[in-house]
Amino acid sequence: MSQTGQTASSAPTTFGGASAPRSAGSGGFGALVGRAIPWFFVVLFLVFVLAFLIAPTLVLVVKTFTGDHGFTLSYLTGLWDYQYRIAFQNSIILGLASAFTGLIGGFFIAYTSLQPGAPAWLRSIITSFAAVAANFAGVPLAFAFISTLGSLGFVTIMLKHIGVDIYAMGFSLYSLTGMTVTFAYFQIPLMLIIITPAIQGLRLQWREASEGLGATSWQYWRLVGLPILTPSLLGGFLLLFGSAFSAYATPYALTDGNIALVTIDISNVLSGNVMSDPQVGAALSTGMILVMTVVLAIYSIVSRYSARWRR
Amino acid sequence: MSATIAAAAEPEAKLAANAPAPRPRPAHGARTRLSAFNWVVIALAAAYFLVPLIMTGIFSFWEGGNRYGFSAYIAMLSTPGFWTSLFLSVRLAIETIILSFALLVPAMIFVHLKAPKLKPLFEFISNLPFVIPAIALIDGLTTLYTGPSWLISTPNYLVIPYFFLALPYAYRSLEVGLTTLDVQTLTEAGQSLGAGWGEIIFYLLLPNLRTALIGAVLLILTTVIGEFTFASVLLFHTFAVFINDTGQNAITEAAALSLFAFLLTWLLMLGVLLTGRKNAATVGGAH
Repeated sequence: MSQTGQTASSAPTTFGGASAPRSAGSGGFGALVGRAIPWFFVVLFLVFVLAFLIAPTLVLVVKTFTGDHGFTLSYLTGLWDYQYRIAFQNSIILGLASAFTGLIGGFFIAYTSLQPGAPAWLRSIITSFAAVAANFAGVPLAFAFISTLGSLGFVTIMLKHIGVDIYAMGFSLYSLTGMTVTFAYFQIPLMLIIITPAIQGLRLQWREASEGLGATSWQYWRLVGLPILTPSLLGGFLLLFGSAFSAYATPYALTDGNIALVTIDISNVLSGNVMSDPQVGAALSTGMILVMTVVLAIYSIVSRYSARWRR
Repeated sequence: MSATIAAAAEPEAKLAANAPAPRPRPAHGARTRLSAFNWVVIALAAAYFLVPLIMTGIFSFWEGGNRYGFSAYIAMLSTPGFWTSLFLSVRLAIETIILSFALLVPAMIFVHLKAPKLKPLFEFISNLPFVIPAIALIDGLTTLYTGPSWLISTPNYLVIPYFFLALPYAYRSLEVGLTTLDVQTLTEAGQSLGAGWGEIIFYLLLPNLRTALIGAVLLILTTVIGEFTFASVLLFHTFAVFINDTGQNAITEAAALSLFAFLLTWLLMLGVLLTGRKNAATVGGAH
């Protein structure tokens, strides 16, 4: 502590290079420890990620390409078998359909809540409810919809009383359609949270400028508003797609595991519900990771564009 | 933000618009009332989001026929699995929070301080749990780690995947906190007064990161308490697994539990909104 003055005067130079912070009053060993501590924690985190996130993923990829006699592509090409192709197809359809629902619903609700005439209480209710609903998913959400639109759900029965039998009309909560309806419960709020800052970023001046040039509201949106929002909307769409594509809890609880989705198929292989090589599970997982990698790659390109209009 | 920039750029416009001070930035236009179309959107949204909650509520009070009462709630509270599974989930959430504080918080602080070049790597890692779906991660973990049994045979094992599940949200919340805080200056000030790393982190940085940390804690709690995938595949009886098992034979109890889970989420997110206001880094939990 007696060295405080000296330490203070040397502090700027200490931080100039990559050299270490000085633990006041300590000698060579203390300084060494002080220098090592930051790197210890950074390395610790990276090792943890490597051991429990990267390594398991790589193992899956390796396993996918390893058969009884070394390298093989048969497991990966096996994903083209009808059973797995349908699962991927369903998962992608579900992802697209529910992302689209979320996009439309989230955009219009966000747009409405940001209208100058929208009362403040409405805005804060929407914001806080969106935060809750975006995080309300999985098993409880599934049961909430079973209570509502399940084959014995209250709305289903009420509609039947007034002569509308939705199940006879082909609707089923336990189908892709039903799941899209259920997923909208977290997808719409998710989109709302993502898109609100982008809509807020639309400047009043742009609107005024286009009106000054004689544009109608429709022309403003078609030529100015939507093109500016497109990268944000697309980015949000991809995030929503990812969350639906990799969803497991909600579809499992809704259908008790009886639906052809990739996530459900993987869990069936893992729990031994179906007789198949463990490599099949690994191949399915690798396939999912591939799809998600493509999604994230597009997302990172898109988000570069959406950042351009911010700030 | 845009309002200040615009106002600075156009002083006349600022003066002209000074009269009623339009504080909340309008999306566009100058209409002051909501149109019929807006109200239709609100009504539809309210119906879609409220009806399932109301129906779940009614369903949870249903006792068969025309009788309604609290029997589902009484049954729920007296089922031993309710408390044990809820406590297990809360315990796992707390352990995940501790692990995040031990691993993520110091690493992020030091990256901000010492190695800003590593920031893109951390950003990339924080996105990985999004690319690797939960079910694929659990597939990989069970393939790679078949032992030791002290690690994989107790529910505590779940803390590892939970850490990654919560990583994107915890990372974002902390990143916002660290970016707005002048970590460099604070640390230099601390060091010039003779503080070591421990003192700097515990007395200087963590108190200043309070908001971000509380946000991260609540997001981890929400994510972990609702988590189903990892626990169900690894056969541990957490709260979400308990709700699912209940739904197999007692659907009204499951409705009561679902409503309870909604209220729990609501409470936790209310906490996030109240503490974080600005950095509501709330993007989706475990679906």
